[in-house]
Amino acid sequence: MSLLFTDFASWQQHCAQTGEPLWQPVLNYEMEQKGRSEEAIWDGLQRAYDVMRDAVHTGLSENMTSRSGMINNGAKKVAASPVTVLSPEFKQLITRALGAKEVNSCMGRVVAAPTAGASGILPGVLVTLQDLHKLEDRSILEGLLVAAGIALIIEQNASLAGAVGGCQAETGSAAAMGAGAIVYCLGGSVDQALAAVAITIQCMLGLVCDPVAGLVEVPCVVRNASAAAIAFSSAQIAIAGVDPVIPVDQCVAALGEVGESMETRYKETALGGLANTPRARQIEQKVLIQDIQILPDEAQM
Amino acid sequence: MAEKSSIFDMIGPVMIGPSSSHTAGVVRIARAAIRVLGSQPTHATITFYNSFARTYEGHGSDRAIVAGLLDYPTDDKRIRESFDHAKEAGLNFTFQGVGNASTMHPNTIRLELRDERAGTQVEVIGQSRGGGVIRIVEVDGFPCDFSAALHTLIIDADDVKGSIAFIADVIAHDDCNIATMNVSRQGKNQVARQFIEIDSPLTELSLQYLRHLRWVHQVRYIPAID
Repeated sequence: MSLLFTDFASWQQHCAQTGEPLWQPVLNYEMEQKGRSEEAIWDGLQRAYDVMRDAVHTGLSENMTSRSGMINNGAKKVAASPVTVLSPEFKQLITRALGAKEVNSCMGRVVAAPTAGASGILPGVLVTLQDLHKLEDRSILEGLLVAAGIALIIEQNASLAGAVGGCQAETGSAAAMGAGAIVYCLGGSVDQALAAVAITIQCMLGLVCDPVAGLVEVPCVVRNASAAAIAFSSAQIAIAGVDPVIPVDQCVAALGEVGESMETRYKETALGGLANTPRARQIEQKVLIQDIQILPDEAQM
Repeated sequence: MAEKSSIFDMIGPVMIGPSSSHTAGVVRIARAAIRVLGSQPTHATITFYNSFARTYEGHGSDRAIVAGLLDYPTDDKRIRESFDHAKEAGLNFTFQGVGNASTMHPNTIRLELRDERAGTQVEVIGQSRGGGVIRIVEVDGFPCDFSAALHTLIIDADDVKGSIAFIADVIAHDDCNIATMNVSRQGKNQVARQFIEIDSPLTELSLQYLRHLRWVHQVRYIPAID
């Protein structure tokens, strides 16, 4: 029987008992639960990573203007900026996460990881990680398996969807997946990888989903960049052995609790937060189709 | 217990942005609809309802639905330019939006498709449920409920005793398991339409046999759409 990824404690325990690396039980899960061959799984992961790399490249080379005009080649502007606020590597991380997410907003090809709205985070994190540390693709693919295991657990105990759990569920989960993958790929322990997940959730908790005009553009694109940065800051803290104090499973439970109690207007409905600002309402007038037939209210019938 | 997710739901699917319900799901509704029609349509009237009605341009659902009518898969980079490709393929299309349709799912699309060359037409209503998952809920006024993630049979037959049992038997003899089934009829002793979802593909021989039956008028077979 494969591990079912119901919680982090059993994953941790499994690795401690068997000595398996974090990714091994995730691979076994997919083989047993979904009947895929090991070869098909590695191929699928390679394809996903290739698409992520392509998205980063596309976002930094092609014209990235969305139909609403709200997204307008932001990644390329950052890359070309003469000012480097922290380090060249940090700037690259930000441009890559922005670029891949802009591809998503502009109807390009991406990997929903875990969702389309968060599709810039893992590309930004993993391409930068590989580049900085000269990692083999195989190591990144193992990191993707670790990331998938993290998402499976969050999906079962909280949510991955903005419409259900707010932005914390989408970009928060993607950042947690990235943080766990970073620690794994850099040789951190199982405990440190899971601590990175816990710390990331602590950082992302409470974030609402409030897309302007209901489009996956503002603030989604900039949040993909900040989530990528948080993945690295959490990994840096965790791999040093800092204790997150609240165990990772309890952080996930908090994520679920906050998501459940969040009001509907903060769950992708474009009714609250940034979506409800005067500027957002102006943009909505311009972007949304006004010429539609409205049926009479059937409530009284 | 809910079906366990695949790791490729977590790292995937590979898709065209911006959103699985507004692009991937919409493409799949159209791909299901053209299979119900049986050919590539020459004319399409596309109605977006409720939440879709105002946002279909911003989310690119208009290009996604046209791409689906051209049978492009959900990760096809041509989706963004589908209007240009439709012109080349001889597909004419118009859009309309309807709001406040309170009995309908927030993300509903009605497709009225016509193939002038074949002289066929069909009206299909589909819902995009999120994550690229769809339900087709009406075909030519007959209520149904299939996802196109399994293999689907749509059979029009006389409303006679034993027809359902007979068809189920043919499917069983082809070693196919029925997952869901939906039957409705125009009226007593008139034509009944059966929507049957099966787990594994049906052989051509079984399809021919079903089509050969005197009381069966039409058999449409829609293999799973990825």
